[in-house]
Amino acid sequence: MAKRIEVKDLDIYYDKFLAVQGVSMTIEPRSVTALIGPSGCGKSTFLRSLNRMHELVPHARVEGTVVMDDQDLYGPNVDPVGVRRQIGMVFQRPNPFPTMSIYDNVAAGLRLNNARISKSDLDALVERSLRAANLWSEVKDRLNKPGSGLSGGQQQRLCIARAIAVQPDVLLMDEPCSALDPISTQAIEDLINELKTEYTIVIVTHNMQQAARVSDTTGFFNLQGVGQPGQLVEIDDTTKIFSTPSNQATEDYISGRFG
Amino acid sequence: MPATEQPVRPRTKVRQRPGDRIFAGLSTGAGVLILTVLGGVAAFLLIEAWPAIIAPADEIPGGEGLVLYIWPLLFGTLLSAFFALLIAAPLAVSIALFITHYAPRRLSQALGYMIDLLAAIPSIIYGLWGFFVLAPATLGPTTWLTEYLGFIPLFEGPPSATGRTMLVAVMVLAVMILPIISAVVREAFRQTPRLHEEAALAIGATRWEMLRMAVLPFGRSAIIGASMLGLGRALGETMAVAIVLSVSGGVTFNLISSGNPSTIAANIALKFPESTGLDINALIASGLVLFAVTLGVNMLARTIINRRREFSGAN
Ligand SMILES: Nc1ncnc2c1ncn2[C@@H]1O[C@H](COP(=O)(O)OP(=O)(O)O)[C@@H](O)[C@H]1O
Ligand SMILES: [Mg+2]
Repeated sequence: MAKRIEVKDLDIYYDKFLAVQGVSMTIEPRSVTALIGPSGCGKSTFLRSLNRMHELVPHARVEGTVVMDDQDLYGPNVDPVGVRRQIGMVFQRPNPFPTMSIYDNVAAGLRLNNARISKSDLDALVERSLRAANLWSEVKDRLNKPGSGLSGGQQQRLCIARAIAVQPDVLLMDEPCSALDPISTQAIEDLINELKTEYTIVIVTHNMQQAARVSDTTGFFNLQGVGQPGQLVEIDDTTKIFSTPSNQATEDYISGRFG
Repeated sequence: MPATEQPVRPRTKVRQRPGDRIFAGLSTGAGVLILTVLGGVAAFLLIEAWPAIIAPADEIPGGEGLVLYIWPLLFGTLLSAFFALLIAAPLAVSIALFITHYAPRRLSQALGYMIDLLAAIPSIIYGLWGFFVLAPATLGPTTWLTEYLGFIPLFEGPPSATGRTMLVAVMVLAVMILPIISAVVREAFRQTPRLHEEAALAIGATRWEMLRMAVLPFGRSAIIGASMLGLGRALGETMAVAIVLSVSGGVTFNLISSGNPSTIAANIALKFPESTGLDINALIASGLVLFAVTLGVNMLARTIINRRREFSGAN
């Protein structure tokens, strides 16, 4: 549980278009790493390259290495499906399976890993995941109702429960609160704080206050210009980034002078 | 808001715009028209069938009454349509999955066009194809089937010497209903939100697991609806069956012998020109049964789809 990820000289392409260039960073276990930066600078692209969701786009590829606790995620014999079981993901818009009940949404990944899992084990794991996602008390009486009937914030926590049910090492979140109201956002942020004791979390956020509130480390991505690849400008302790960043562009961005 | 009294406005009716009125009128009219036509057809069938319904048994063709006259035809209709659907539906769903999720773009487009073209071929052509190509081609395989799988009632044999069997009718029907099922299902699969596919992949689903988790359930009501469309077409198919099937009227599950029941629609087409008087009423009575069966099939499909409405993903 909770592993370290080392990214080295990562270039990320969409076919011939170089979207992100030369990213190197270390993502520490049991910490929250926030990625900030203007729209289109490649935050999502980078995040999705960490669990090999990136390559689902036809002709998309990466160069460079991503190593998780000595395992090269892009090694020749590595199955991307296996990588995604270790590195879970939560998306910008809550996306519970509309055709499944709340229970089945959480159980979906568990059933994949272990088709013969007993009903009682499954019940226990589903409850555990829902509790860990702070959703149990709200849904325990309607586990067989469709997940799409929940509020946006509840749906997002359901998605978090679904992601952590398979007990990944790392949790990636791509602007998980951008479709949510302030109270639901608060609930997710609280949850992130609790989850980081067990997981390595990487969160992309548009909201700099959120980055400051939830993360230990913050990375700032930027574009040199239109059509240029996005780059990691600076990554450091969150307190340092938001008080005395070493790069002028970071300073401009966090003080709201552009972006 | 300060608690000042709002001036009480007289409740005026919302002004109706002419466009709204025209549209409301047109759509209501269309709805009423459909019901009228449906009711009209039902009434026509019932009135024309009535003399046969009340006629004494020995005046009905076959001489054993209306029920025994229609039963083998109904059996043949259901048998051929059921097996055609059994073959076509899984095939159509597989083709739709292949086109939307496996084939490279160019191939997928070409395949899509070809399937749609199949839908444009008139049924008489299918009938001729079944008669001249498919029927002779089944002669070898049916001999093999009886020899090795003869213990299954469907393949009991003895195989027909002409090949104009229920099996060939079933195969022709399956090919005929394949394109419509596949086209409808394909569009539904295409519309599976990317979001849900990614959700499945992100918890470590393989492509096939993703299809089972996100795409197939999302397309479920389309699969049922399309199958019912196909079934409806198979139940009512006339020309192709009339040409292909060599009829002897027996009620049997044996698909490859020469002792085949006819179907309601094919029987009407073949018998109608030479019928007079009560015979025509009997044919129309069989048509009434077909009408009821088709309606029943559609209602069944609706119920199945509605039963899991809240899980349909349509909210
Ligand atoms: N599926 C895709 N195909 C091609 N280019 C893409 C795709 N997704 C994103 N891009 C491009 O990659 C760059 C980075 O996008 P993205 O990672 O979404 O940025 P961010 O998440 O920081 O807003 C943009 O120039 C965008 O147009
Ligand atoms: Mg993004």
